[in-house]
Amino acid sequence: MSIELKQIVTVAQKEFWERIRNRWVLAVSIIFAAFALIIAYFGTAQQGAVGFSSIDMTIASLVSLAIYLIPLIALILGYDAIVGEREHGSLDLLLSLPITRLELLLGKFVGLSAALSFPVIAGFGVAGIFLSYSISIPQLLDYFAFLLSSIVMGLTFLSMSILVSTISRSKVIASGAAIALWFVYVLVYDLLLMGLLVAAGSRIGSNVFPLLLLLNPADIYRVANILSMENVKVLYGLATAFPATLASPWVLYGMMLFWIIAPLGIAYLRFKKQ
Amino acid sequence: MSTDAILIENVSKHYDSIVAVEDVSLSVASGEVFGLIGHNGAGKSTLFKMMLGLVAPSSGHIRLHGTAVSGDQFREVRRRIAYLPENVVFYDNLTGLETLYFFADLKGAPRRECKPLLEKVGLTGAAKRKVGGYSKGMRQRLGFAQALLGKPDILFLDEPTTGLDPEAIRSFYQLLHELKEQGVTAMLSSHSLAEIQERVDRLALMKLGRIQAVGTVSSLRRQLGLPIHFVVGLQGEGESALRRLLDGYKEARLEVNGSTASVFCSIDQKLSLLSGLTSLHGVIDDIQVKEPSLEDVFLGYVDA
Repeated sequence: MSIELKQIVTVAQKEFWERIRNRWVLAVSIIFAAFALIIAYFGTAQQGAVGFSSIDMTIASLVSLAIYLIPLIALILGYDAIVGEREHGSLDLLLSLPITRLELLLGKFVGLSAALSFPVIAGFGVAGIFLSYSISIPQLLDYFAFLLSSIVMGLTFLSMSILVSTISRSKVIASGAAIALWFVYVLVYDLLLMGLLVAAGSRIGSNVFPLLLLLNPADIYRVANILSMENVKVLYGLATAFPATLASPWVLYGMMLFWIIAPLGIAYLRFKKQ
Repeated sequence: MSTDAILIENVSKHYDSIVAVEDVSLSVASGEVFGLIGHNGAGKSTLFKMMLGLVAPSSGHIRLHGTAVSGDQFREVRRRIAYLPENVVFYDNLTGLETLYFFADLKGAPRRECKPLLEKVGLTGAAKRKVGGYSKGMRQRLGFAQALLGKPDILFLDEPTTGLDPEAIRSFYQLLHELKEQGVTAMLSSHSLAEIQERVDRLALMKLGRIQAVGTVSSLRRQLGLPIHFVVGLQGEGESALRRLLDGYKEARLEVNGSTASVFCSIDQKLSLLSGLTSLHGVIDDIQVKEPSLEDVFLGYVDA
């Protein structure tokens, strides 16, 4: 069956417009901007100075903030995408229109992606503008790469939350599953990995460990941002175990792309059968 | 159009071991208003979803104007049909007009249709207000406006008058009547039999996934053979005169309760018995004719 772009755009616009209307986009933008400015200004206080100074330290601090906040926001955005419409009775209505399930799902994803990316760009962008007075062009590019990776990482969690929304029977179940995802990927995964490493000792080779990191998009994001910075790398025990061969942006972004496409693909296959 | 607007052939739907719809065949002509009646769980909603192509039948075929709903031409077919689900909730943060714009865009209908439609359902004053603040009746009217986008040929209306006040119900059926005049076909379900009785051309009664009976209200009465009920007021020799008259009607049944008598007869005997009763003028002082209502017909089928 053919795909009509117009239907995807129509759904995407509606999703985005709803989030503008309920001031969701505005609220999250302000949160990001406030955190980013505070971190950019005070983030280097441990090193005995305040002010916009070290771009590497600033990015590292922002990464540790974003790694909690962005997945949470992506999961909140996406968990009711399908199950919400189903509970409201509007899903049957939508599906009775000349739109395919794939178009509906992609429209939701694109619209919610915009609602997620806009605050990231606006919030971190404001901090970027302040930073740009005190840093060089290559450093600004680093900051830009950080911005891009933050969005891509957000999309991986958005994709997972849409999968959750598609397969959950009710909104309550979907919200529980979304919180569980956040808990596992953001809080527990690294601890478990560390524990596993310690418990297994030398039986798990150091070559397995980086591969396990690639299974968590939040870890991929951390690795992508921190490995490029020599003076930050030493501060992060976890990421330093990462071999240079796997640290190529192609591998890292390729894996994140996989984490966007795979959940959406499974969501579509499940949605098609419902 | 020569083909039936809706043609359902031997359609069944089984969920694992549960039978939702069993061997249903129906045809609805263009311009017909057709009512689907049954208790909750009778299979109405599943049948609706199959007609709309949302759920695939386990067996059988459904065609709308001769075309399969979920085939290659599904977009074409769906541009010409409309659906109003039961108790639909729209998007709280969009205004009524924005909601219609969204559905018009998806349906490929021009946006200029939206304002006149809001006017038609009496929502012009609320067009720029968020749907979150709408009453249940207003949401239902918005849903109906949505269904009329793109000038559909066939309307599928699931419990369309739920939550409407009597005035709104009246104007809803008036609008439906106007659409029928223009050749629009409508398939609707309702719990309120009294309401639907005078307003549909034909009915189907559903029970446990099967169609129990199909036809006009009077043909359903005939099929079920529910008796006509005369209530007669007696005077003086009335009772014996009545008994003599009923000797000529073997199947009629008489119950006397003081000065009123109840006579039950089949629909075929109605007119002849009525003229007989009229001739007893002098010993009876009143005749009331009680036709079985659709409610009785319905209960007769469902509880039988």
